[in-house]
Amino acid sequence: MTTERLVGDGPVVSLRNVAKSFAAGGVRALESIDLDVLPGELVSLIGPSGCGKSTLLRIVGDLVEPTSGEVVVNGKSARRARLDRDYGIVFQDPVLYDWRTVSKNIALPLELLRWDRAARARRVQELLELVELDGFGDHHPWQLSGGMQQRVSIARALSFSPALLLMDEPFGALDEMTRERLNGELLRIWEQSRSTILFVTHSISEAVFLSTRVVVMCRRPGRIAAIVDVDLGQPRTADTREEPRFFELVTEVRDRLREGGLDEDRTAPGEGEIDLLEELK
Amino acid sequence: MMRRAGALATEWLPAIAVFVAGIAIWEGAVRGLDIQNFLLPAPSSIAGTIWDDWGELSSAAFFTFREALAGFAIGSTAGFLVAVVLARFRLLRAAILPYAVAAGAIPVIAFAPITNNWFGVTGMASKIAIAAVLCFFPVMVNTARGLTAVHPSSIELMRSYAAGDLTIFRRVRLPSSLPFVFAGLKVATVLAMIGAIVGDYFGGAPGALGVQIRRWVGIFAFDQAWAGIVLASVLGIVFYGSVALLERMTMGWHPSMRGARQE
Repeated sequence: MTTERLVGDGPVVSLRNVAKSFAAGGVRALESIDLDVLPGELVSLIGPSGCGKSTLLRIVGDLVEPTSGEVVVNGKSARRARLDRDYGIVFQDPVLYDWRTVSKNIALPLELLRWDRAARARRVQELLELVELDGFGDHHPWQLSGGMQQRVSIARALSFSPALLLMDEPFGALDEMTRERLNGELLRIWEQSRSTILFVTHSISEAVFLSTRVVVMCRRPGRIAAIVDVDLGQPRTADTREEPRFFELVTEVRDRLREGGLDEDRTAPGEGEIDLLEELK
Repeated sequence: MMRRAGALATEWLPAIAVFVAGIAIWEGAVRGLDIQNFLLPAPSSIAGTIWDDWGELSSAAFFTFREALAGFAIGSTAGFLVAVVLARFRLLRAAILPYAVAAGAIPVIAFAPITNNWFGVTGMASKIAIAAVLCFFPVMVNTARGLTAVHPSSIELMRSYAAGDLTIFRRVRLPSSLPFVFAGLKVATVLAMIGAIVGDYFGGAPGALGVQIRRWVGIFAFDQAWAGIVLASVLGIVFYGSVALLERMTMGWHPSMRGARQE
């Protein structure tokens, strides 16, 4: 069910000279963004708050319109790709509907795609096993922990096997332990589902651990400061975090971030920037 | 099952004890302090009157309850539908909602003598109109709030599935507004009863409860008047309780209901 959805060898996401200004005050959120994400890649966007990384993710998902530039997803316009349900999205908040059970939350996109009941039930069962929530299908979201809720949200995004997964700081609200465990699970799922993932994060170590490439962004205006290739072997395990190369790459991303943007506006660091400064120490 | 009944009894026992004690103190006070009947009749004599005059009392109470029910149905339905329209159109909402909130603070009951002129003194219509207007605002304001208080990510999620406005309304806005809608409806049950009875006080059908209570007070039949008030209270509580029960049945999923579910 997962092999036939790679469309040729062209990039899954292709951004050319993309810019976004917000009308209020003419704030330039993003400027001259060029990026290709190839099939099977896991690309992270990292940068301080206000660098536009979440906006960029939403532009790819056609949830925000760019002011200018070209956005191609799966070989078509972002709008067409959204209407064709070419991507699944996961937010920082799991966005589960309390009135639906876990199974029905996962099945929501399938209902909208008019899958019949039996096919839905089969697929939900597969997904519950994939995210290791077998037996929790009849629970309501509020009966689960934050980490479990986020796994439900990931299962829902994967339910219709989209070619592309957009993830907006999906583990940002979780504690460090849970986050590292889910990082490992995400890599396993990524491998099994052979999907392409665009992943927004605040965490340098998370970006390095997960990604094939890390896109370092800076702000005012939001732009790409550097792209770091992550040449760690696959599959990655808990041991990967202990490898010298892992630390080298973390240091490199950190240096690129430092060069990128934090110097520009030292007088008034935003909230996210303080987070990041904390991490830079 | 037996255990559950036992647990339920334990849970309700304090409330029942307070009720019994309250009645006993009332009865004792009226007898012991020799409180005169026009000030406060004893519970026993009110109960006796309900028993003796059940036919007349119940038909008056149900007449007024029907006024309240009709007003509730009309006002709540209208309030809900207007809220749906307002939730859909941001500009309309910005233009109307402040007035709706302000209008909700108007003592609508003050219009009762006027609505008698509009819809006739002796019919149900004027009382239904008052009850309907009273119910309209809380249901409308609450529903509008519920339909628009949806988390932006919820809408983005549905848009990522290429869902249209109608689908988003049916699958997200409507279910997530239910707690708000029911909060409005519960307030409306109380207002509907108040509207109908106070409406009756300004004149109504001879058989209406409000009209009867006024007449009984006028002829010093205080036991009857109190019996009428007791019946109106019981109907009001049952009305409120039915809506609360309906809420529990439709919203078993809601976190606020978890205590009820996990027993």
